[in-house]
Amino acid sequence: MAQVTTGTTVHDVVVIGSGAGGGTMTKVLADLGVSVLLLEAGPMLNPADLKEHMWPYEAPNRGAGPHGEAYTGGRTGFSYSATYGGAQLEGEPYTVAPGSDFSWFRSRILGGRTNHYGRVTLRMSDYDFKPRSTDGLGWDWPISYQDLAPYYDKAERFIGVTGTTEGIRSAPDGIFNPPAALRAHDTIVQRACAKLGIRAVAARQAVTTIARNGRPACHYCGQCGRGCKTASNYAASYVQIFPAMQTGRVQVVANAMARELLTDETGKVSAVSYVDKTTGTEKQVRCRTVVLAASACESARLLLNSKSPRHPQGLANSSGKVGRYLMDTVGSSLSAQVPALSGMPRYNSDGYGSHLYVPWWLWDKHKSLNFPRGYHIEVGGGYGMPGIGSFTGSVNRAEGYGLKMKQAIRDDYGTSIGLSGRGEMIPNEQSFCEIDPNVKDSFGIPVLRFHWGWSEHELNQVRHMQQTFREILESMGGRIAPGGARGGGAGQAQTTGTGPQRGAQAPQTGQAGPQTGQTNAPAGQPTSAGPMAQADIPGRPPISRGGAIIHEVGTVRMGDDRQTSVLNRFCQAHDVKNLFVADAAPFVSNADKNPTHTIVALAWRTAEYLAAELKKANV
Amino acid sequence: MSDITRRDALRRLALALTAAGVVDRVAAQEVHQITSLAQAATGGTYTPRGLTPHEYRTLERLTDLIIPVENGAPGAVAAGAAAWIDMLTSVNDQLKMTYGSGVAWLDGTMKARGADNFLAASPADQTALLDQIAYRRNTSAELDPGIQFFTWVRRMTVDAFYTSEIGIRDIDYRGNTALVSYPEPTESIAYALKRSGLG
Repeated sequence: MAQVTTGTTVHDVVVIGSGAGGGTMTKVLADLGVSVLLLEAGPMLNPADLKEHMWPYEAPNRGAGPHGEAYTGGRTGFSYSATYGGAQLEGEPYTVAPGSDFSWFRSRILGGRTNHYGRVTLRMSDYDFKPRSTDGLGWDWPISYQDLAPYYDKAERFIGVTGTTEGIRSAPDGIFNPPAALRAHDTIVQRACAKLGIRAVAARQAVTTIARNGRPACHYCGQCGRGCKTASNYAASYVQIFPAMQTGRVQVVANAMARELLTDETGKVSAVSYVDKTTGTEKQVRCRTVVLAASACESARLLLNSKSPRHPQGLANSSGKVGRYLMDTVGSSLSAQVPALSGMPRYNSDGYGSHLYVPWWLWDKHKSLNFPRGYHIEVGGGYGMPGIGSFTGSVNRAEGYGLKMKQAIRDDYGTSIGLSGRGEMIPNEQSFCEIDPNVKDSFGIPVLRFHWGWSEHELNQVRHMQQTFREILESMGGRIAPGGARGGGAGQAQTTGTGPQRGAQAPQTGQAGPQTGQTNAPAGQPTSAGPMAQADIPGRPPISRGGAIIHEVGTVRMGDDRQTSVLNRFCQAHDVKNLFVADAAPFVSNADKNPTHTIVALAWRTAEYLAAELKKANV
Repeated sequence: MSDITRRDALRRLALALTAAGVVDRVAAQEVHQITSLAQAATGGTYTPRGLTPHEYRTLERLTDLIIPVENGAPGAVAAGAAAWIDMLTSVNDQLKMTYGSGVAWLDGTMKARGADNFLAASPADQTALLDQIAYRRNTSAELDPGIQFFTWVRRMTVDAFYTSEIGIRDIDYRGNTALVSYPEPTESIAYALKRSGLG
C-alpha cells in the first residue's frame, strides 16, 4: 500500500461487521458504557431505500431488469428484498476446490443479512449443546443450555419473538409475544401433521406484535424480507445499531473492508487494517480489544490473512483449526398444488411470513432412524403479491388462452403449499475453508477457497424429509408438481413456477414478495441456474448446495481444549486474549435451529464478559 | 407518479406508524390515492419504442385474445400489456427478434391461409390459428415456431397483466396493506378444512 493512514485514538473495542453478532455486540457494549468503533464493509443502510409496500408496477420495469433480464438470462439487478449482497460480488471472488460444491452469500450493508433474513428465531435445545455425548458424533460445546438460556431471555425481551409455550424438548420455550392467528394453509398443514402424529406449533419469528422500545407493533404486511420501515421485526441495523449510535458511544465507519489484524510484541492485537472503499486507501485503527463479527467465513479469512513471523499459520491459529468444521444447514423442500384451496373465500394472507412451524418430533427416536440428527419444517403458502413469473407455472399447465386460461390462473392462485426442511449437518473433515494461495480480491486481499462434502447422515435425513413432506401434502389431497422437490436453497432460481412465488418458494425467501433475481424463461427455453441453486446429481436426494441455506457456521470454533479449538468458552481466542469472535464462527455444531438467535444470545454473553474484563483491565 | 411524491407519501405513512404506534388509516389511504391519481393522469396514445407499428398492433391484438375483457372487467389491453412488452423489446435485442420474427411467422402463416396478414384475418381465423399454437400437443415442424412464440407472448402478457393495478385487482390480492391486528380467516379455514377432508 502506497499510503497508510493511522489514527492516534486507541479505541476500547473495534467491532468488525454489523450483522446479528456485531449489532448485538455494539448495542450491549454501548448500553454498558463502553465505546465502540464499528467497521462495516458495505454502506450505511438508508431505511428510505427499503422497498416495503412497493407494488410491482412501481418497481423499475416491474422487476424484470433494466434489459428484461428476467426473460433472457442474466441478473435483473433488482430485488424487492433488502439483500444488498449475494454469492457473486463485484471484485470479491472466492474459489471452490475441484470436486466441491459451495456458494458463499455475502452481505455488504449495515445490518448485514439481518435486513432480509427469514426472522426464524429458535433456541437450541439442551441436547443440541452436547451432540457428541448424545450420539458420539461431532463435538460438544464448552457451554450448556443453562449458560445461554439467560441470554436467549434477554434477546427475546429486547427483540420481540412470536410463539406459544409448548413444553417440547427439541424446541425450548422462550419469552414470547402473542402470535398471529393461523391462516387457512397453516391450519390444514397442522391438521395433516396431526393425522401423522406430528405436532405443528406457532412459528417463532423475530417480529414484535406489541409496541416495544419505541417500535410499533407489526402491521402484518408479510414483507419482512424487504426490511421493515417501522422496525417491527428484528434487524441489527434499525433495532440495535441506530439506537446505539444515539448513545454517543458508537462510531460507525462504513465502506471499510477489513484486511488484517496487526499485533504488537506481546502478541495482542494492536490495530485493525482496513481498505477504505471510498478512496481505495489503506487505513489503520488502533484498539485495546477487537471483536470479529464479519460472518463465519470472513472472520476465519481475517485470522488466516493476519500472518506474521510470530503467527505463521495466521492469528489465533496455533491449533490449526481456523477455517475447519465449516457447516451449513441441510435444506430440502417439496411443494404441491392443493385443489381443496381452490375457490376459497379470499382473504389477506400476508401476516408476517411464517405463522406455523414443525419442531423436530423424533428427537427421542433416533435409534430407529438411519440418520442421527433432526430437522424442523417451515411452512409456506397463501396469496402472495403477484410478480414477474408468479403465474408461469399455472399458464404452462393450463396452456390455451382467453377466459379459460385466466380461470385456471384464478383457480391455482393461493393453492400452492410448500414445506421446507431445515436440518442439522454434522461437522466433517472434508468441509472447510482456507486461503487460496493464488487469488486475491480487487483490494489485494487473498481470498478463501472452499472444500465441501455432505455425508450419508445428511442424505438420509433429506430422504426422510421428502417422504414426510409427501405424506403431509398428499394427506390434504395435494398434487406434487413435477420438479416440486428441490434442494431448498434460499435465493434459488425458480424452475417450475408453481403459482405465486410465496407459496412455491422456501418460506425464508418467500417473504420477500415477488420473485427476486432470475425467473424462469418460457417453457422450453433454457435458463441458467442461479448461483445459489443446487447442482443436480442423479440418484442423490434433493439436498441444497453447501452454503445455499446461508447458515454457514463454524470455522473458528470454541472449546475448552486449546489444541482442538480456537476460542474459549467466552468466545475469546485461546492464543490472543484481546481478540473475540461474535458471529456464527464459534459454533461447534449446527443444530436444526436457524443460527441467528444463537448468534445474538452468544454475542450478548460475550459482550457482557468483554465489558467486565475491560473494567478489570484483564484484556 | 413521480418518485418524490410517492416517497413523501410513504414517509408520511412511516411517520404515522412510528408516531402513533398504531396504523394511521388516513395516511395509508392517502398513499393509495396519490398513486391512483397519478396513474390516471398518464393516459394518451402510445408510440411503440421497440416494435414497428404493425408489430405492435399485432401484439396488442394477441394480448387482447390472451386476456380479454371479462364481463366488463378490463383485460390486457386496458392494462397496457403490449406497451410494457414493447418497452422491453426496446432494451433487449433477443426479445425484439423474438417478437419481430414471431409476428412475421403469424403473418406468413395467415397469408398461406388466404389473408393479408394476422391482423387482417377474421377473428374466427385468428382464433383458429391460436387454437393450434396455444398447445404443446400440436407440435409439428410447421407449427413449432408459432407454438414457441405464443408461449413467450402468453407468459409475458400474463406477467404484464398481473403486475398492473388492473390485474392485481382482478386476481383480488388483498394484501400489501397495514393492519392493526391480524384477523383469523375463519370462513376460509372452514372451507379449506371441509374440502380437504381434514375438518
